[in-house]
Amino acid sequence: MPRVWKFGDHINTDDILPGKYAPFMVGEDRFHTFAFAHLRPEFAKEVRPGDILVFGRNAGLGSSREYAPEALRKLGIRAVIAKSYARIFFRNLVNLGIIPFESEEVVDALEDGDTVDLDLETGVLVRGGERFALRPPPPFLLEALREGSLLDYYKKYGHFPGE
Amino acid sequence: MGMTLAERILSRKAGREVRAGELVVVEVDQVMVVDSIAGSFFKRLAYLEATPRYPERVSIVIDHVAPAANLEVAKAQKEIREWGRKHGIRVFDVGRGVCHQVLIEEGLAQPGWIVVGSDSHSTTYGAVGAFGTGMGATDIALAAASGRTWFRVPESVKVTFRGRLPKGVTAKDAALEMVRLLTAEGATYMAVEIHLLDGAESLSRGERMTLANLTVEAGAKAGLVVPSGEILDLYRVPEWLYPDPDARYAREVEIDLSTLSPRVSVPFYVDNVQEVAAVRGKRVDQVFIGTCTNGRLEDLRAAAEVLKGKKVAPGVRLLVIPASSQVLEEATRDGTLLTLLEAGATIGTPGCGPCMGRHMGVLAPGEVCVSTSNRNFRGRMGAPDAEIYLASPRVAAASAVAGYIATPEDLASLPQEEAHA
Repeated sequence: MPRVWKFGDHINTDDILPGKYAPFMVGEDRFHTFAFAHLRPEFAKEVRPGDILVFGRNAGLGSSREYAPEALRKLGIRAVIAKSYARIFFRNLVNLGIIPFESEEVVDALEDGDTVDLDLETGVLVRGGERFALRPPPPFLLEALREGSLLDYYKKYGHFPGE
Repeated sequence: MGMTLAERILSRKAGREVRAGELVVVEVDQVMVVDSIAGSFFKRLAYLEATPRYPERVSIVIDHVAPAANLEVAKAQKEIREWGRKHGIRVFDVGRGVCHQVLIEEGLAQPGWIVVGSDSHSTTYGAVGAFGTGMGATDIALAAASGRTWFRVPESVKVTFRGRLPKGVTAKDAALEMVRLLTAEGATYMAVEIHLLDGAESLSRGERMTLANLTVEAGAKAGLVVPSGEILDLYRVPEWLYPDPDARYAREVEIDLSTLSPRVSVPFYVDNVQEVAAVRGKRVDQVFIGTCTNGRLEDLRAAAEVLKGKKVAPGVRLLVIPASSQVLEEATRDGTLLTLLEAGATIGTPGCGPCMGRHMGVLAPGEVCVSTSNRNFRGRMGAPDAEIYLASPRVAAASAVAGYIATPEDLASLPQEEAHA
């Protein structure tokens, strides 16, 4: 069962992947092993594919570095839940095929270390006997995500969703 | 109902009237790529089996780690040069400067343009009335391949600066005050539309760049300064490029420049802005003057004015990194550089320098740095417990002389031996 990794408000992309560990600095093959190196050094070793990241407000502020969410994707993260997102991070998540769910209530309800089950298309999240409904992504994003990512969508159709 | 500047630019580009909240796909006038993500950019274009649709609308700048600090970076930068030659793409190489400064100097951001850059501080282009915004490698690759990108038309926050800055107070202090008022998430998904009135229109292009640069620290998608003052002399500003008086804003904020004092942003959040008095006396190990926020000639001159005839305190490293080769050249010609060197500064290659903790001034555990840059996040410049205080070039220079956080005015009251005069 996927595990919840819960972080606080205003987690920036330097927290998610410090600049000195960019693929450009340490190589494409190992940059993801430095995810949350300052904030939570055990994260990259212990995280399992399918685990869920939970953030508070203004998730992913700061640098536009797509390799921050890319490190998460390489570690097998497919969904993030936050109270709110910084905009570049939001776009980067969608572009990489990580679904950015948004919910104040679910973030407050979830605890670090919880085991949960999340249906990525419907947004239904189950913890033990409890059931939470996350709003599914908007159509523009869902269309892209159904092809894998916006990149995959553009490659297949040669235009943007809805264009 | 009238239009905001963001609505006006995106409507113009979309070829129809669009309003905040709508999704639009628009042509982009310039795509800016920095060295640190160029590898991802090339990989994504290769995946799309595409090359830039309009090669002349793409620029690559080698600035984030310039010159190369290690073998990985050297290989990546070699690939940039080869790729640029192969596809006929402009590459600004080591030493030309920080991407945003270079694009402005080269005229690659113009009033009314849409400029997307693979760096969050691409909001800087708003200084000249361009809709500049930062994006990740995938969006940037799609923009290069298609010549277009998608936006949700942003709501706007109107920030009006009035009056004139008191002596010793700078655009950086005004920008930090703006971030404090808006908070780190106060303009998320929005454009910050900056109006300069009642004397504030005299702010230079460089000062406007400082303001637009820091709007992203409030979460802004773009930071658009309504063209006025010297922008009207330097650029051909299209007659349609103005917001309507009855445009609708999500929020309106007024800042009276004449009431401001020097500000410092205290770790680890940019919106944690305080008056210098709150942290005066904090011991300093390194002072960094430079970056896309404050590495221009006027910034170096402001630092030199403070440093003239003084010496950097023992045990303090003063790093000065001009924002571009042009700035370096001008600072050499007018004597600014000599003043800085005589005070004990060391000069680095024009570029981003240690701003994101990769080289040329990485901080050790427990160290304290006063920086004229734009981010003081935990671990940003090196060790996770190193502290970064963001300030103006004047406060940075004064802190280098005092050995602790200080304003130039504080230096006058230092004992002679302490001031190292």
